[in-house]
Amino acid sequence: MNKIWIIIQREYLTRVRNKTFLLSTFLLPVVMVLFLIGSTWFAISSREQHRIAVVNDPGYFKGNLQGDSSSVLFTFDPSVDSLNYGAKGFDGVLYLPSSGSDYALISTKQIGLGAKEYIEKQLNKAIGDNLLQQRGINKSTLDSISKATDDAVVLTNKVREKSGKAKESNAGLAYGVGFGSGFLIYLTMFIFGSMVMRGVAEEKMNRIAEVIVSSCKPFELMLGKIIGIAGVGLTQFLLWIALIFLIGWGAQLLLSPDMVQQVQDAQQQQQNMPGGANGSMAMKIMQAKTSIVEGANWPLIIGCFLFYFLAGYLFYASLFAAVGSVVNEDPQEAQSLMLPITMPIIFGFIILTSSLQNPNSPMAVWASIIPFTSPIVMMGRIPFGVPDTVPYWQLAASMLALIAGFLFTTWFAGKVYRTGILMYGKKATWKEMVRWAFRKN
Amino acid sequence: MDNLLEVRNLKKYFATQKAVDDISFQIKKGAIFGLLGPNGAGKTTLLRMITGIFYPDEGQIILNGQPYDPVRHVGSIGYMPEERGLYKKMKIGEQAVYLARLKGLSHAEAIERIKHWFVKFEMQSWWNKKVEDLSKGMSQKLQFVTTVLHEPELIILDEPFSGLDPVNANLIKDEIFRLAKEGHTIIFSTHRMEQVEEICNHIILVNKGTKILDGTVRGIKQDFKEDLFRIAFDDLVHPEHLAIHLFRVVESSGQELVIKKAEGFTTNDILQYFIHKNLSIHSFNEILPSLNDIFIRQVESTPTARQFQNVNA
Repeated sequence: MNKIWIIIQREYLTRVRNKTFLLSTFLLPVVMVLFLIGSTWFAISSREQHRIAVVNDPGYFKGNLQGDSSSVLFTFDPSVDSLNYGAKGFDGVLYLPSSGSDYALISTKQIGLGAKEYIEKQLNKAIGDNLLQQRGINKSTLDSISKATDDAVVLTNKVREKSGKAKESNAGLAYGVGFGSGFLIYLTMFIFGSMVMRGVAEEKMNRIAEVIVSSCKPFELMLGKIIGIAGVGLTQFLLWIALIFLIGWGAQLLLSPDMVQQVQDAQQQQQNMPGGANGSMAMKIMQAKTSIVEGANWPLIIGCFLFYFLAGYLFYASLFAAVGSVVNEDPQEAQSLMLPITMPIIFGFIILTSSLQNPNSPMAVWASIIPFTSPIVMMGRIPFGVPDTVPYWQLAASMLALIAGFLFTTWFAGKVYRTGILMYGKKATWKEMVRWAFRKN
Repeated sequence: MDNLLEVRNLKKYFATQKAVDDISFQIKKGAIFGLLGPNGAGKTTLLRMITGIFYPDEGQIILNGQPYDPVRHVGSIGYMPEERGLYKKMKIGEQAVYLARLKGLSHAEAIERIKHWFVKFEMQSWWNKKVEDLSKGMSQKLQFVTTVLHEPELIILDEPFSGLDPVNANLIKDEIFRLAKEGHTIIFSTHRMEQVEEICNHIILVNKGTKILDGTVRGIKQDFKEDLFRIAFDDLVHPEHLAIHLFRVVESSGQELVIKKAEGFTTNDILQYFIHKNLSIHSFNEILPSLNDIFIRQVESTPTARQFQNVNA
């Protein structure tokens, strides 16, 4: 035990004191914040205005078709046609023949999905308004109706808990938190898993493995490395969380109320433009932030996150260690051996994205219990509520399966590692590795 | 109990090879023991079993009269493998402390001993350097220090001089002698025979997983001597005039003869013969075979390249 501790210390300290660790720890939050700010800024500023000339108006569009100063501006100018619109300073010509269905927009450039949908929506509205007016509803009544319906409806979904207490659920927040934590686990499995693999391969290449395993058991060396790197990962997380809070706090001091207003406007527009709405996680996070504190069971989420991060990491890190122990000088070898490990992780991520849409689908439930994908998928489901969305039995089954899973992979990897670390010259296949694991002694 | 290490009927079979097939030997405390053998003879596998890296399939290893236990005896053994291994990016001082602590030394103890050795080997300025900054010879010295730092009873050195210049080789050689004098036992594995003759008292020769020679350097040479003598005379000699019942002339060049003594006669018979002939002898030496010759002869009598075989162990 004492030896493992010495090994953990070395693995941890040499990495934490490394310049790349400091760099990645301090740069990543900065990059993330810059990304958030950048995408928000783009969302605000990059919306170009399209000047559209409307020709062939059968008559009723002029009064009813409304543009929007920030995206599409309609001008009714019969002198424009498909040949001269560019010269007259328009981005496109909209033909509106009275026959109805074959409306056409002629432009030199693609106008973009958002603008197209906006124009279609406005056309539909104009046609609808026209029909209403034909049936005797006057313009002022119509305006007051559309004013009342323009204000977007906000739907609050109150979930009735078993205790009988109604609680406001926040699907947007759950989505954001689920995606964020699932993605983080996905990312860290790759980062720290391959760190373990490289560390093991380095020891083998350096031939120091032989010196060290004459002082301790190979299993101790492997476990020490895995735990040491887990410590590096946790340290990095804690620093990131601290940094994000610091930066967030600093940003709030710096942001003027004016800018906050702008962001809110942008959000508003985003909702009006379905094409642009996928636009940004940034928006979702911004939205989520407002109701972040009351909207979720934070102690549970953070607790589960730490559990799934650690257990998921342990599950995969030992497999990465096994691969590291069998490769030789050629890094290409590692690539092909890693495929069976990386595929389930990537699948987990794909299932995560669909589970966020439908956290109770059978695939989401099973993938959150099977250890290969559970760390990623379960973290996507937990923010939707325990025990409402994720019953206790599923959480327990998932955790137990993952613990059993990592005990198994660690045992398996330990067997492979013991043989692989001292074997030079020949790359092992997975089949051979399985044989090493199951032969006696 | 004067045997530090006793190896009894050790066997280790791999899927395609009988790497070590029933080898036994004993090493006296304080001896410098040579483990010789061609490439692929099973030396490394044998050493890995003694260092506890591999478990033998069969047989026993007795250290200091007790069955060898890799966990309990970890501090009793220092192993320098043939393929040197150090962390390239780790600072040298820290690395030495780390390896010493794995061998059971406390942090303070480790630092104190490393400082002592670094002064001795003039390595004080290396502490904060990294291994990647060292030359091959320098890292060899460092590896040697980390091997003996915890004062193990049994020091195993696999090709300790490869890559060292003569000055540093002598430095290490002197340390080996000093350590042996202080009671440490040394296993010295190599295929450089001249070093073995110079350093070892006792050797075994392994080939294809089995032991083919065992004894002291002197004893083995005696066993393989061919009764050859080199005689130098003050004057020219003509071998065709010499009696052939006592010896056969193998080689002659002016004032020197190499003869092979015939069986049943002693060197005194030969000397007397020359005195009678009134030839004045300048020198008379027995030619003992070099270990190198013995090695080559022993190994060549068996097919050199090891064949892969199917072993169902």
